Amino acid sequence: MSGWQQHLPIIPVVLPLVFAATLLVIDEQRRIWKRSVSLLGLLLLLASALALLRDADAGIPLVYRLGGWPAPFGIVLVGDRLAALMVLLASLLGLAAYLFSCARWDRAGPRFHCLLHALLMGVNGAFLTGDLFNLFVFFEVLLAASYGLALHGSGRARVQASLHYIIVNLVASLLFLVGVSLIYGMTGTLNMAELSVQVPLVAAADQPLLLAAAALLGMAFLIKAGIWPLCFWLPRSYATACAPAAALFAILTKVGIYAVLRLWLLFFGGAAGGDGSFGRDWLVVLGLATLAFGALGVFGTRDLSKFAAFSLISSCGTLLAAIGAAQVGVSTAALYYLLASTLGVSALFLLVEVIERSRAPDADIRAITEETYGSFESEGFEEVGVAIPATWALLGISFIVCMLLLAGLPPMPGFIGKLALLDALLGLPVVGPSTWVLLTLLMLSGLATVIAASRIGVRIFWAAEQTLSVRISRGEVMAILFLLGMAFVLVLQAGRIMQYLEAAAQSLHAPVSYLEGVLP
Amino acid sequence: MNEIVIALAIGVLAGAGTWLLLRPRTFQVVIGLSLLSNAVNLFIFSMGRLRVGAAPIVDGSMPVDPAQYADPLPQALVLTAIVISFAMTALLVVVLLVARGLAGTDHVDGRGADEA
Repeated sequence: MSGWQQHLPIIPVVLPLVFAATLLVIDEQRRIWKRSVSLLGLLLLLASALALLRDADAGIPLVYRLGGWPAPFGIVLVGDRLAALMVLLASLLGLAAYLFSCARWDRAGPRFHCLLHALLMGVNGAFLTGDLFNLFVFFEVLLAASYGLALHGSGRARVQASLHYIIVNLVASLLFLVGVSLIYGMTGTLNMAELSVQVPLVAAADQPLLLAAAALLGMAFLIKAGIWPLCFWLPRSYATACAPAAALFAILTKVGIYAVLRLWLLFFGGAAGGDGSFGRDWLVVLGLATLAFGALGVFGTRDLSKFAAFSLISSCGTLLAAIGAAQVGVSTAALYYLLASTLGVSALFLLVEVIERSRAPDADIRAITEETYGSFESEGFEEVGVAIPATWALLGISFIVCMLLLAGLPPMPGFIGKLALLDALLGLPVVGPSTWVLLTLLMLSGLATVIAASRIGVRIFWAAEQTLSVRISRGEVMAILFLLGMAFVLVLQAGRIMQYLEAAAQSLHAPVSYLEGVLP
Repeated sequence: MNEIVIALAIGVLAGAGTWLLLRPRTFQVVIGLSLLSNAVNLFIFSMGRLRVGAAPIVDGSMPVDPAQYADPLPQALVLTAIVISFAMTALLVVVLLVARGLAGTDHVDGRGADEA
């Protein structure tokens, strides 16, 4: 590697930073300029993410030493397969949010594009960093940007929900800091690879303190991941956030899951000499509880945006419970499911906003009343055929596709993800009771999604004459179709993607190349 | 003696912060968060071990004995943590002012004083 290619791991962090700063100085009135610069930044980011993915697929993690300092002393960025893939996912979501926001949302408040790039910078940094304290800093960057995005558009409900969101995340950050500093106090390093070496060497007397530190860190990540019972802030703040922001927030929970997956396996996995038993049961139990909570929420809610938020929670629960199995096969399937569910939830958040906007303001109340009392329309009005506007039909089809994806039905990638997950779980040498609970809950949550989705879908799309004013612009259609198209790519390229993910999962569970790359 | 003093300081700050964090008024929550973040900052600082009269910057002109120096890393970490928590508190204060303006109450759930 030579020239600019050796700087590849830092480009996904620096690029959004530069563009966020540039966007800040462009006047709010010059929308065309702002949008062009923002689009250019996102396309460059996508290109660099693809380049990173291609290089990381060679099998050797790309290690970037900032300032040229050797590893345990300097800060490193590590672009391995998983990190590269997550960066790509983030930039795809960023592009979709951009397309969607250009139709109307970037005018709802100042500096939307700047915040979008700042958020992407934080997310990419969190995926790529190889240093624990840097992870904290990138978490703060992405959180600060997400506060701005959650508040974008203002309004009472949004401000109230954001207030809770900010407070909860500030407390989580404090827990994160306590965990990080305790770990530093015990081991004397913050480099993740070096920690993997140092953790088993901690004196037996200090072990409880180290485990407490790891548990505190885990708490901080799991709050971000929206685990039950620390997720009650999530449905409200994600449902009230403006649609493009909510679509981006789908990846924020995945940042928490990514951190758990990476650090847990580095510190307590096979490479560190541990048996990986620390916290495993907790992950499984809490994951199952989260999955159940999400499924109940999906089943119980009448609000479409909350429906999307609860689907997000149940997908996070599925992922955490699967990660808790700590097997390469299960992790591979979980990563595939992560990609599928993130795209699906993201598309749903966008779709929901368009649908809600197109409906008459009293449509909900009318639908409920009609369910109870029957139609109160004047009798004798004969409808000859129903004319469905093309856009409304398109929305309906996109809604169905989203639901199939989230419920895990063919032909969408959610099905492949769930099937692979079930297959891997049943293929384990020991199929314990928790596995059976997970299998049952996976099925039931799929069923809950189908029932709830058909109930909501019937009420929205088949209700009489309320839907004649579909206001959707080309950019919004493109954003939704883009995300769903990516989901179809996941299906069509399932074989190759699975191979990639398996290699990624293997190097996660046995991070030999990671350690050798960082600490030569 | 040093250790007891600093441990007590962290404990009192964290305890008071946690109690205030659980109160229903946004102002109390902000003060609680500030106290908690101060407790955490002291905690980070103490993770570099407590030393009196030891500089964190190595003098390169003579042979270095690390035992003579304080650990500089937690001091750098605490500086970062202070800056970040300061910025976040400022942001939170703005948000709670807006919430106060929109909801007409300073209850964290936006409910009136009679319901609280």
